[in-house]
Amino acid sequence: MRFLARRLGFYLLTAWAAVTLNFLIPRMMPGDPVDLLVARLKGNVDPAAIEAMKQAFGISDANLWVQYVDYLGNLFNGELGRSITFFPTEVTTIITGALPWTVGLVGVATLISYLLGTLLGVLAAWKRGSWLDGVLPVSTFMHAVPYFWVALALVFVFGVTLRWFPVSRAYGLDVVPAWDGPFVSSVLYHAALPAITIVIASMADRILGMRNVMVTTLGEDYVVMAEAKGLTSRRVMWAYAARNAILPNITSFALSLGFVVGGSVLTEIVFSYPGIGSMLLKAVENEDFPLMQGIFLVISLAVLVANFLADLAYVVLDPRTRQEA
Amino acid sequence: MRSWKIRLGMAILGFFTLMAIFGPLLVSGDPSATSDDGLVGPSAEHWLGTTQTGQDIFTQIVYGARISMGVGVLSAVIATIVSIAVGLIGGYFGGAIDETLSVITNIFLVLPALPLVIVLAGYLPQRGVTSVAVVIAVTGWAWGARILRAQTLSIRRRDFVEAAKASGERPMRIIFFEILPVQLPVIATSFLATVVAAILAEAGLSFLGLADLSSVSWGSMLYFAQNGQALLVGAWWWFIPPGLCIALIGAGLGLMNFGIDEIANPRLRTIKPPRRKKLEARS
Amino acid sequence: MNVLEIRGLSVDYLSAGGTVHAVDDVSLDLRRGEILGLAGESGSGKSTLAHAIGRLLRPPAMITAGSVVYHRKDEQVDVLKLAPKALRAFRWKELAVVFQSAMNSLNPVMAVGAQIDDVLRIHEPDMSRKARGERVVELLRRVGISADRRKSYPHELSGGMRQRAAIAIALALNPEVIVMDEPTTALDVVVQRDILHEIRTLKDEYGFAVIFITHDLSLLMEISDRIAIMYAGRVVETGTAKELHRSPRHPYTLGLLRSFPKLRGPREDLLGIPGTPPDLRDLPPGCAFHPRCQSAFDDCGRVSPRLLPGPHGEVACLLNENTGVEVQA
Repeated sequence: MRFLARRLGFYLLTAWAAVTLNFLIPRMMPGDPVDLLVARLKGNVDPAAIEAMKQAFGISDANLWVQYVDYLGNLFNGELGRSITFFPTEVTTIITGALPWTVGLVGVATLISYLLGTLLGVLAAWKRGSWLDGVLPVSTFMHAVPYFWVALALVFVFGVTLRWFPVSRAYGLDVVPAWDGPFVSSVLYHAALPAITIVIASMADRILGMRNVMVTTLGEDYVVMAEAKGLTSRRVMWAYAARNAILPNITSFALSLGFVVGGSVLTEIVFSYPGIGSMLLKAVENEDFPLMQGIFLVISLAVLVANFLADLAYVVLDPRTRQEA
Repeated sequence: MRSWKIRLGMAILGFFTLMAIFGPLLVSGDPSATSDDGLVGPSAEHWLGTTQTGQDIFTQIVYGARISMGVGVLSAVIATIVSIAVGLIGGYFGGAIDETLSVITNIFLVLPALPLVIVLAGYLPQRGVTSVAVVIAVTGWAWGARILRAQTLSIRRRDFVEAAKASGERPMRIIFFEILPVQLPVIATSFLATVVAAILAEAGLSFLGLADLSSVSWGSMLYFAQNGQALLVGAWWWFIPPGLCIALIGAGLGLMNFGIDEIANPRLRTIKPPRRKKLEARS
Repeated sequence: MNVLEIRGLSVDYLSAGGTVHAVDDVSLDLRRGEILGLAGESGSGKSTLAHAIGRLLRPPAMITAGSVVYHRKDEQVDVLKLAPKALRAFRWKELAVVFQSAMNSLNPVMAVGAQIDDVLRIHEPDMSRKARGERVVELLRRVGISADRRKSYPHELSGGMRQRAAIAIALALNPEVIVMDEPTTALDVVVQRDILHEIRTLKDEYGFAVIFITHDLSLLMEISDRIAIMYAGRVVETGTAKELHRSPRHPYTLGLLRSFPKLRGPREDLLGIPGTPPDLRDLPPGCAFHPRCQSAFDDCGRVSPRLLPGPHGEVACLLNENTGVEVQA
């Protein structure tokens, strides 16, 4: 399992880099963030909040190393400081409240988009010359569409004009959070448009990527041989061609995750979805640096975990990575 | 140019580039000027309608092209310089230098760009065009660096590089005068991709209100559309055009890339030779 | 007793630069249980021909004329006219293929045993899982691969083992014809000899006929019963291996014979063939070989030689067309 060990090592290194960036950014940017905040709010800040911020940043007169060690120590204890916006709530508390919504929405939508995009890509390559070629120009256009613009368009058409779907919040005002039918269906109903946004905006990359690799794979000898073996088209397409074409696509999918997450942040904002993305906007609007940084850290770690899951999938699907070297 | 995709892609990019450069000279009027005609739909007077405060959306689109594409290009220039330096130096020297640079590149590839840009922009004391461009460039160089490194790895073994080495030329001279020129096509492609990514990032930042909102860009138009309840009052003409412009630029670049890919790999083409009955080549 | 009769087969590649006649009016017979060697330089159309027989060509390649008639016990079918379902049944059960590089022709993400198994599952739906498993082990054993290797993936096998596995897959349904497209080219000489030996032994045991394709004529001399030489998409000479070896009548055959060191027998000068294979989009007029031919005379640039039967086999060369004299070696 050297492959996985190497990847894991890389992710740990990246996590450390994210943590360190988080530490360095406030110190390297021009001006002291606390002073900046005080200046912007023209003194209308709770002194306790200022103190909390200083603490959160670990900004003190101690030298940078001591600050860094303190900062890492706090992180290991799961302390991300206190939010300014929701003072004195801990940043971790806010994130823990918002994270499930985001993980649920973005996770499910990304999965759907991946499966659907891969399927369409495979079919578009397999049935070259059929009506499925029409998928290509649409995908070419869609692959650079801003997520939030898709969100706005969907809200306009299906929310405001047709009134088929709710356009904000995660569940209706008429239900209380509980594991029961009305609540769950309300959640699903509310998640429909944001999820469709993410699926539409992120699917084009999958379609195009899968199609291109698949077309190349179809020319491989093992696909020609599968055909020569008299296997059914379905088996040649899936067990031989797609099964191999999927591998490079997992890698590019993993690399695109950061982009998908970025787009999802903006999507949440359009729908006032109570996830991490909307929290990030609140943090930004209120110059709530501790919350902002905490969210960045959590998003980064989530992307790393997702990348590692993609690596696991790769190992399961490609026997060559399992070779003990 | 045999490929219609490359030609159409170039035409689209060319159109928007010309619009950014010359548009403001041709379209008179101040994009920020308000009027009493708030929220009117497209008409002969206002081709794309007006905003809530009566600003002409067509004028905003034309002027916005300059800011959006300006930030995109500036940011891509910075990012490309970084990626050339990192990719070529790492690829050429190999060893520990390459290992280190590769790891850094890969870290920046994996870290989610937009959240990082948001954090960086959040700390900016002033959010002008330049500082926003720099912040976007911080996350935008890694793709190019990765591609250029791979290219350099294959080029450094070629005869002309070996010859230059043997004749005792300094490494930096070889890198920037021998290897760099060979890579110009790759650099150009990666530059264009970076421009589009940067335009998208700028739009995202503006939409969050984190860019320079006093200047009109496609992103800030969307910000004001969203905050001006354009959706609720049904003012589709307010938010459709800016997003469409961004998507079109992306599509133009995509078309060019696909055209180039198809030249490199003819199998990707969609056109099929005419089939004959019975004796078709494929079952 | 022919098992396969190829008649007037032509394959074109349609490209922007013009139409390429990769295979041009080729007729060949394959007899039951024989090894027919097919030799030529790269670009001579021999691989395209092999793919065409199995209807495995991909666009832009296209069969434009001809027939490939397969003889069953009491009926004959034109492979090129088989409907998709009949074609699927014909494939592998009656005609199997071994490709040039087993590294590329084996599915890299499927264990070799499973790659035999899926043939059995499709073509022998009545076979039980257990019976299939036994057959897989039996086939692998037959080509010299131990049973525990059935769970191995292609990358875990050596080059020779992979090619043996590919042969085992080809044997799975005991086909009448196996097309072998350069099956040993990617292997080193020692392994190559082992595999050739294996192929002969298996052929004697199972009784299939082989179309063996290679650019290595001396190798063909060793293994084939009869040989066909291709140049620029056409068959230029056929004959028994013995006759071709003793008295090649086409200057190109002679050139091929001289371009490889002999494995056995007295040393001869390596002459090779000057020049390069022609551009198939723009063939020289007359005999396509004449610009490289040391025996060429005026007519060769004008008259296209026909493939005519001679005392032993056929030859397409103006030197032989009227007179039947041998080319001076």
